[in-house]
Amino acid sequence: MSSEIPPSIKSRPVYGTLSPVEANAHLIIADDAGGSVILELAKQVPDGFWDKAEIHYTNTNPGGEQDHTEALEALGCPRLFIAPTIHSALPRLRRSLERSKMGTQLYLTGSEQLLSLAMKTGMEAGLDYAGMQTQHRGSLARRMQCVHCKGFTEDVTTNPANCSHCELLLLVRDHYSRRFAAFQGVNINAEDPTDIPEKVEEFL
Amino acid sequence: MSVNPMLDVIVTDVVEVNSLIKRFHFKLPDGSPLPAFSGGAHVVIEMQDGEQIRRTPYSLMSSPLDTSDYQISIRRDDEGRGGSLYMHREVSKGMKMRLSPPTNLFALDNRSGKQLMIAGGIGITPFLAQTAQMIARGGAFELHYGVRSRELGSYIDELGARIGHRLHCYIGDEGQKIDFDGLLSSQPAGTHVYVCGPEPMINHVLERAKANGWPDSHVHYEHFAKAPAGQPFTFELKASGKTIEVGENQSMLEAMEAAGIDAPYLCRGGACGHCESDVIEVDGEVQHEDHWLDDDEKASGKKIMPCVSRFCGKRLVIDR
Repeated sequence: MSSEIPPSIKSRPVYGTLSPVEANAHLIIADDAGGSVILELAKQVPDGFWDKAEIHYTNTNPGGEQDHTEALEALGCPRLFIAPTIHSALPRLRRSLERSKMGTQLYLTGSEQLLSLAMKTGMEAGLDYAGMQTQHRGSLARRMQCVHCKGFTEDVTTNPANCSHCELLLLVRDHYSRRFAAFQGVNINAEDPTDIPEKVEEFL
Repeated sequence: MSVNPMLDVIVTDVVEVNSLIKRFHFKLPDGSPLPAFSGGAHVVIEMQDGEQIRRTPYSLMSSPLDTSDYQISIRRDDEGRGGSLYMHREVSKGMKMRLSPPTNLFALDNRSGKQLMIAGGIGITPFLAQTAQMIARGGAFELHYGVRSRELGSYIDELGARIGHRLHCYIGDEGQKIDFDGLLSSQPAGTHVYVCGPEPMINHVLERAKANGWPDSHVHYEHFAKAPAGQPFTFELKASGKTIEVGENQSMLEAMEAAGIDAPYLCRGGACGHCESDVIEVDGEVQHEDHWLDDDEKASGKKIMPCVSRFCGKRLVIDR
């Protein structure tokens, strides 16, 4: 269940394990399988933790295997927000970050895309990424930026993958940009566009 | 050996700010602009004090937008090793002096949503430069300035005129105190805190920031350790093959320089890490006085910062 991300270049984000810390407030952002990480975190939290906490849970497949909504509701956190997609969750997260004070601990858990986008949103609110806790669980599908046309393609599971904007066939690198929350994609067959390598499902 | 060549400057003014503080102005002899700097930067001043050359870091307080001169303020420290006394007694208008180009170990993090500045006493100097920069650039900030008495609150009026309601003053002998927990628990997410002042104040802010859940990367402080006076001692240099005697009011770095060794340095206050040296042999106790080495490194006995640290014991050999 827990994720194994093979070691790679320094640029590739590595994630840790969430653990409760002393803080004035706790902001927990998760999607799908990340819900089960919150439930594990809940076993370790001190009394009064949930009174100071807020959960933003993205549930992309209601009723599915990784729908942890009911269990999360049972935690008794007074502020639990459910969204159907990561992008629909982000405006509320931005609003919460605007209202929050220094001393708020961020806990991010779930898919690679959730971790990417939630971290980017936190950084845009002026928080240092080093101060955020992260734990990966679930999809490894990537947000990719085409280095040629600069367009972003989401839910990239294959390598190579086509840019959804300029359609070039791109090698999806481990070279990652925190600012864009995206892995870099570089044209794989520039010399000979008829040479089309097979797409392998690398990021599931 | 500093990283960059020293600047030859002229003292163009010495202003008595109050009973303890003097302000010094420096220009290049031909009046051309001095090297640019950012708020929080310091220069190292070279002082020919009798036989001894002192080099002491001071924060630049003048506006980074005006490099026609550099200004520093120095509080007279009657207990110190003599750098501030030299500046107060010996330095006058028209004198030639040498300064290092500016180095910034206390820069504003410009990604920050808001800058929270906390100053104690003469620790106000880097914030004078930073507030000038913030006013020009725009962006949220506030400055909390604690002083012992109104008389010693140099620059309160000047700052008030410059930054208005963003200035919060706390006069110690009128019973006013900074509410550190109140401040640190009420800042919007994304705030960075900067503290400069007496060591106990810096330590208190660091401790309360941690207790209030601030990540280390949002907490900035500037504290030049003063090379403390202490018992004279002797140490050896492996590479140069020399034995160096360190006087009571001398640092290891100064003693090396006096012996003609071109040792590396930048801040001379145990903050930048530039002079870090390997300890090859030690029989005795290294007295670490820096903010650079972490506790494990200090305990290992394998590293020393010669700009501030001292030694007590039989034998110390370092790799210089």
